[in-house]
Amino acid sequence: MPEVLSAPLVVEFPFTRSLGPVQSAFLTGLRERTVLGVRTVDGRTLVPPVEYDPATAEELRDLVEVAATGTVTTWAWNPSPRRGQPLERPFAWVLVRLDGADTALLHALDAPGPDAVRTGMRVRVRWAPERVGAITDIACFEPYESEEAGQPAPHTGEFTDPVTGIVAPARLDYTYSPGRAQAGYIEALADRRTVGERCPACRKVYVPPRGACPTCGVATDERVEVGPAGTVTTYCIVNIKAKNLDIEVPYVYAHIALDGADLALHGRIGGIPYDQVRMGLRVEPVWSEGGRHPDHYRPTGEPDADYDTYKELI
Amino acid sequence: MGPARDVAVVAFAQSDHRRRTDELSEVEMLMPVLHEVLDRTGLKTSDIGFTCSGSSDYLAGRAFSFTMALDGVGAWPPIAESHVEMDGAWALYEAWVKILTGEADTALVYSYGKSSPGEVRDVLTRQLDPYYLAPLWPDSVALAALQAQALIDAGDTDEPALAAIAARSRDSAAANPHAQVRGSRPQGDYLVRPLRTGDCPPVGDGAAAVILAAGDAARGLCERPAWIRGMDHRIEAHGLGVRDLTDSPSARLAAERAGAFELPHGLKGTGGAPTVDTAELHAPFSSQEVVLRKALRLDGTVRVNPSGGALAANPVMAAGLIRIGEAAAAIHRGESDRALAHATSGPCLQQNLVAVLEGEPS
Ligand SMILES: [Zn+2]
Repeated sequence: MPEVLSAPLVVEFPFTRSLGPVQSAFLTGLRERTVLGVRTVDGRTLVPPVEYDPATAEELRDLVEVAATGTVTTWAWNPSPRRGQPLERPFAWVLVRLDGADTALLHALDAPGPDAVRTGMRVRVRWAPERVGAITDIACFEPYESEEAGQPAPHTGEFTDPVTGIVAPARLDYTYSPGRAQAGYIEALADRRTVGERCPACRKVYVPPRGACPTCGVATDERVEVGPAGTVTTYCIVNIKAKNLDIEVPYVYAHIALDGADLALHGRIGGIPYDQVRMGLRVEPVWSEGGRHPDHYRPTGEPDADYDTYKELI
Repeated sequence: MGPARDVAVVAFAQSDHRRRTDELSEVEMLMPVLHEVLDRTGLKTSDIGFTCSGSSDYLAGRAFSFTMALDGVGAWPPIAESHVEMDGAWALYEAWVKILTGEADTALVYSYGKSSPGEVRDVLTRQLDPYYLAPLWPDSVALAALQAQALIDAGDTDEPALAAIAARSRDSAAANPHAQVRGSRPQGDYLVRPLRTGDCPPVGDGAAAVILAAGDAARGLCERPAWIRGMDHRIEAHGLGVRDLTDSPSARLAAERAGAFELPHGLKGTGGAPTVDTAELHAPFSSQEVVLRKALRLDGTVRVNPSGGALAANPVMAAGLIRIGEAAAAIHRGESDRALAHATSGPCLQQNLVAVLEGEPS
């Protein structure tokens, strides 16, 4: 059993969303220290507001302003905050029904400990010093003894320079392990060898191996060394330069059937003008210094392969 | 009006759920389970009329990861296939509909999840709405804890009662060789108060597969098929502050539409409430069992989660399908005559699916 391979894998993206009229008004309002809700047809005030009634799906546009004070409807004490959460020290997650609202907003409550939190306690918004039009413009809630204040007041929802979109950065960290078959492939590449696996049922050799024959649905188990040379089965000419890719265009991207393999893999063709690449061209891998896979494939100089020898792999 | 055709679960298999499976790719983890249900029925992949799977790219951090898993079912030459980015219970629902419409007579349903590569608490925050919730990164345990506190405030449960649910689940799992956490273990410290480690599901990797078949085909493939008498799924508002977290109207409605509260179909005269003898509930947190027992009107006469439930093994995306599989297997073995299976998805039981399964009198 070879050592299990693993490597860090980070998935990170700016999640960019446009806002509808109601969400735009709400998030712009937060920037201006104003909390807006939306009225339903039956007279309830939803905070945070939504554009369609959760019960009837009716369109909602009737904005109202509610207070920045409210009451905790339920809570949970978080002793170990995780990355991205509103506070770095222990805090309470809370659902807060703001005065004038009929529904509750999820956020964090800054409190010294769980004994200082209870359902029904009075709290108020602590605004972030710099606000951009996002839910994080509310830094958190803080305890605040006060009487419950009044009714929601009508609001146009209009502000100068309204926020029309948000960017919510997302980052997830993984430790990726490729599994048995792919680990064997990667380990062989370290010795500049290419291995596939043979299906016990149909005898086809798959490269790179993924551990299963996609035709028979059984585990592939017999490791087979293939290549190093192979045949171009089909190709395309790339004319657009990809971002961060240090390859001059045009270049040729090809399917290459390595000798002994029953599945073509992908590779770039070099060492030959792009307009002279052809089906049947015999190629071999070129490794760069310290590279963990072939940098590209170049012609071997052999005569072209006969069409019948690779037609099933196109 | 009842379903147009009789459809049954005829085989079920699941992996041994484990904290990590670093040495296996997803398809390598899944394949033994697929072969087990096929072997059990004697079917070959080419005999299967429809294949449907459930999984999530966010668990593995890779796009279109389900296409790799398809290698395990032999997807060439082309097969009739579909995928849901949800728990496999919803894939089973799709397969059931496919058979009801007469477009297939058999279906293979599978699902899998490897939570070990990432942090599942963080991963699940990405299913939340991106405007008001996701930017705050409220993790799955935190949201369940808010629900638990609401239940405690309402007088529906307390911490000792939650601990008893956790203990009972893991005691039951002692007889389940596939479960990840078996037998008694300490409740542990607060993860997010009021939930302790023991109130929360283990994080792990696993897979499950089920074969469905219609009418006489089902009788030929299984000695005592688990007939699906009804199945339904419902959803509630995404915003937690809009919902009453102590109740689950969507689970109740799904159960009602699935016929869970009606007299048994094949066992006339033995009904009454409750009308099931076994319930497999997908309640990853002890507090969620409290909500579901109330919503589904389960009293002390119903065996709840004899498998140990999601508190004993919770492979994300497969745990709901496993509830249907476990309920069906109890009928196959003659341990149950009429069972309720439940699956959930989303924060605080946002979405709920209920199936009612029944064995013919022997
Ligand atoms: Zn094969």
